[in-house]
Amino acid sequence: MPTFDVDLLRADFPILSRIVRNGNKLIYLDNGATSQKPRSVVDAEREFYFHHNAAVHRGAHLLAEEATDAFEGAREMVATFLNAQVDEIIFTKSATESLNLVAYGFLNSSIGAQNTKSPFFVDASMNIVVSELEHHANLLPWQQLAQRTGATLRWFPVDNQGRMNLLDIDSIIDEKTAVVALTHQSNVTGAITDVDRISRRVREVGSIFVLDACQSVPHFGVDVLALDIDFLAFSGHKALGPTGVGVLWGRYELLEQMPPMLTGGSMIESATIDSAQFAAPPKKFEAGVPNMAQVVGLFAAIKYLNGVGMGAIAEHEHQLTARALEGLVSIPGLTIIGPTDLKNRGGVVSFTVEGIHPHDMGQVLDDKGIAVRTGHHCAWPLMQSMKVQATTRASFYLYNSADEIDQLIAGIIDAKKFFKV
Amino acid sequence: MSLESLYQEIILDHYKNPHHKQLHSPYDVEVHHNNPSCGDEVTLRLSVEEGVLASISWNGVGCSISQASTSIMCDLVSGKSKVQGLELERLFLDLMQSKGNFSGDIEVLEDAVAFSGVAKYPARVKCALLGWMAFRDAALRESRESEQGEQREQSK
Repeated sequence: MPTFDVDLLRADFPILSRIVRNGNKLIYLDNGATSQKPRSVVDAEREFYFHHNAAVHRGAHLLAEEATDAFEGAREMVATFLNAQVDEIIFTKSATESLNLVAYGFLNSSIGAQNTKSPFFVDASMNIVVSELEHHANLLPWQQLAQRTGATLRWFPVDNQGRMNLLDIDSIIDEKTAVVALTHQSNVTGAITDVDRISRRVREVGSIFVLDACQSVPHFGVDVLALDIDFLAFSGHKALGPTGVGVLWGRYELLEQMPPMLTGGSMIESATIDSAQFAAPPKKFEAGVPNMAQVVGLFAAIKYLNGVGMGAIAEHEHQLTARALEGLVSIPGLTIIGPTDLKNRGGVVSFTVEGIHPHDMGQVLDDKGIAVRTGHHCAWPLMQSMKVQATTRASFYLYNSADEIDQLIAGIIDAKKFFKV
Repeated sequence: MSLESLYQEIILDHYKNPHHKQLHSPYDVEVHHNNPSCGDEVTLRLSVEEGVLASISWNGVGCSISQASTSIMCDLVSGKSKVQGLELERLFLDLMQSKGNFSGDIEVLEDAVAFSGVAKYPARVKCALLGWMAFRDAALRESRESEQGEQREQSK
């Protein structure tokens, strides 16, 4: 049973009482795209701008000191949240940037003055492993890295339940695998990846494991050490935090060896006109004045999530997902694109309905105030494999209620009546 | 704004029974357009004889708005001159960009005025325009190609 009162918690999110189309109350089921913000997150940003705003890590004045404390406090918060070391947390502008940062770490180790001893060196004799389930943000950086270095791109296929098929893991990941970059939870099918199985294989061959945790970190407890991975990326805005802040976690000994993607101010130890000594991680990867207010907002978001409890959030979403799946499978002509069982499955449910294009489904639901995502969800290869052009996706979060799930089901049934299918 | 005014009966009819939705051969030009934000696709073939849109056919996948709009567009421009077809495209584009402030001239746009309700939903405007944009592209491409053909003839 959930250990929190959803109605009480909803009061913290002003947007959830908004009236949308036709006088309907908003039912927000597009959390896979972005989450709504509690008052405390927006307050934290405002407090920062109104009382402490200054460029962090520079300036000899009180405000600079306060801003730096707030910024570094957020780093500690994120580190504790992920069970990582504080110097292993890098703030970026988005998870997309986080993933690119690692891909460019490989590229920059493999061109120009090559360092073949570097764990980030990749050439045409090597391979890079992804999966068909990847969001474009965790596909394109690796696909492009493969093209630029001549390395072979390999991928895990998806099975008919929308899960990663690991049957050929021992041939897909081998001694020539430079990096394995996979999603922790599919943003389309909701399938949760068997990270343990994969990290065992990655360790056997001595490769590097990058996890796209955009759809997992906001929804259940994630412990980077327990997962035995090397890098993890997530975005602030999907975890109640502001847009404009992403996180990259990496093992410190790897961060030390990885070249930066961006260079510039505040990432150096010393600089001359024709050379520079980079600072130690994480500063090496944070060139320029960072998105400070957003980082401070992320602090408030994680504080909020911790206050509710990640275990309780996961359990709540599990119950919502069970209710949604039960209702959806009872609708004739509806096909779930993803696992229909609850094992290793998160609160993202994609479906198609015979005779109703997802955009038209989304339109009818919108007419009732229900916000869902329709389309390809930035995962074209997955859609191609699952042989669907587009899906409708409902994705849940801590503030969604059982009643909202019931209204989603009722809305889909109404759409079938409207389109006479 | 009600769903019924967005999804007028004629739109749903064309969605279920689209016209000209079978690619014809031979043809002068073929274009393929897609909408990267939603994945809707249309392939369109066009034949022009002495300035008249003699044959237009298409195939594609997408939502009811994109499919019905392409179907109605083909009905509307088929048999008209290329110049008239492009003028209709301009008028339809105006209607779609009207934000719902005018309903379109039924004497000129005929069944295509059924999409006036779409103009109130910015996210759906691109659906209604997909087939029309493909037509415009095909018509302009045909003009370029026939021009080049004439130049080749002259230089012989």
